[in-house]
Amino acid sequence: MSVAGAAADGLLVGALRRIGAVAVFFFRILAQCLPALGRPRVVVHQVYNAGARSLIIIMLCGLFVGMVLGLQGHDLLARFGSEDALGVAAALGLLKELGPVVGALLFAGRAGTALTSEIGLMKATDQLTAMEIMAVDPVRLVVAPRFIGGLVALPLLVAIFNVVGLFGAQLVGVQVMGVDAGAFWSQMQAAVELDDVAEGIIKSVVFGAACSLVAVYEGFHAAPTAEGVGLATTRTVVTSSVLTLLLDYMLTAAFL
Amino acid sequence: MTAAVQGLPAAAAAPEVVVDVRGVHYGFGRRAIFAGLDIQARRGRITAIMGPSGTGKTTLLRLITGQVAPREGTVSVFGEDVAAMPQRELFALRRRMGMLFQNGALLTDLSVFENVAFPLREHARLPESLLRNIVLTKLHAVGLRGAANLMPAELSGGMARRVALARAIVMDPEILIYDEPFVGLDPISMGMIVRLIRRMNEALGITSIVVSHDVEELGAIAHESYLLSQGKVVASGTPAELRASNLEVVRQFMEGIADGPVPFHYPAPDYVAQLLDGSAR
Ligand SMILES: Nc1ncnc2c1ncn2[C@@H]1O[C@H](COP(=O)(O)OP(=O)(O)OP(=O)(O)O)[C@@H](O)[C@H]1O
Ligand SMILES: [Mg+2]
Repeated sequence: MSVAGAAADGLLVGALRRIGAVAVFFFRILAQCLPALGRPRVVVHQVYNAGARSLIIIMLCGLFVGMVLGLQGHDLLARFGSEDALGVAAALGLLKELGPVVGALLFAGRAGTALTSEIGLMKATDQLTAMEIMAVDPVRLVVAPRFIGGLVALPLLVAIFNVVGLFGAQLVGVQVMGVDAGAFWSQMQAAVELDDVAEGIIKSVVFGAACSLVAVYEGFHAAPTAEGVGLATTRTVVTSSVLTLLLDYMLTAAFL
Repeated sequence: MTAAVQGLPAAAAAPEVVVDVRGVHYGFGRRAIFAGLDIQARRGRITAIMGPSGTGKTTLLRLITGQVAPREGTVSVFGEDVAAMPQRELFALRRRMGMLFQNGALLTDLSVFENVAFPLREHARLPESLLRNIVLTKLHAVGLRGAANLMPAELSGGMARRVALARAIVMDPEILIYDEPFVGLDPISMGMIVRLIRRMNEALGITSIVVSHDVEELGAIAHESYLLSQGKVVASGTPAELRASNLEVVRQFMEGIADGPVPFHYPAPDYVAQLLDGSAR
């Protein structure tokens, strides 16, 4: 018991210390965000990096998720004889949950890992140290623009994911399963409220901040070796995914 | 050395100490790297730091540039304690320093030209034509003006080091620190770098600190050299004095003998015993 207790204590202390370190790093980034925004071109480039490169995978997955929603939603609603509500079900499911969560998970795997390995490699090759010696803060020049890039890119990606997802749901529900197209769209329009949209947007912004923060933190603190960068990349995916689902529960509970 | 300055006419005094390392202790975890290190670099002089691989020469440079703080003792540059500085002051100090990294450390997403231009773009608001001229002049000095549009990945190791040198001098620093500038260079580039170090020192009065194992090259340019071994300065003086020294450690290093006071091997259990004992590693 005492050994296990000590181990648990150690884990707890380790976890708290890590959270503290991430928080400190977060404030360091925040302090450098304004100066970083002084160079819009660098930031835009990072939005492009994080966003455009994830576009294909986001659209592809959005389509499949929407198609599955169409099938499952139709099957479920048909049991109550209310297939016409398929549009509402798909829209709410995508806007409030699937868009932000699946989008964030894909983002962590595609853009987050790229961020981590890029920054980690810069560290391993002394580039970050060289910047410091040249009196340039790498948090301002390297980390903050990438953080902002991720933060901006994810909500945009989620919006695209939702649009493509709705198209997929419509494709299966209306074209294949025969739901009335008019009912599909008009019920959706009537039932979805601004609050639902806002919930989705807030979630995607929070997830974007969390995933980007984890990615740049892991990269910046990677051990400066090939192995260290690999490990950091793995940690980015694991931590971002767990954090996204945890935050999703907390935000959902707060909104309902 | 310092006591001698008092009471003497100014002309006879040695130039002021710019980098002053005093009684520094440092280590990684429980492993001690430095145990009471004393090194002084004087204005306008070339100070050589020599020592076998793994004695902590790169670590010493990290202490001087304020990347790490000593456990004991002080490191002062221009008379100010580097470890006690807030980041703003440290950055202001670093603008007066240039450093050449052991592996170049060029920014991989910028071209050669932009790498050299980087410090200028960050710290000086210059018209583009002037900036271009400065960058091309520095690249010309290292013989790579023609490579301005290449990316770092397209350079050989020696070329990358020369670009890094151009970048280190682009801000006209007062102190220039070289970490192993001669390793992996062909004889022509090597001669060029040696001449460049000396020329910058003579023409511009730059204080240079050169870390190297290259006894020959350093002997030709250094005003003063320090030989480090096992956490301490084991000998110091002009290269000629070191060469004439009959201290065993010094002779071992200068003449490249494997066995002597400086062990060639990293600390290890007995060789034969370890080979015979299959169980332990
Ligand atoms: N981050 C670190 N963690 C633990 N030990 C380290 C670390 N960096 C360096 N060391 C150890 O400190 C010692 C000094 O390293 P340093 O890089 O300063 O040596 P060096 O004199 O520059 O060697 P070389 O001539 O090969 O470049 C080495 O023995 C190394 O094992
Ligand atoms: Mg070294």
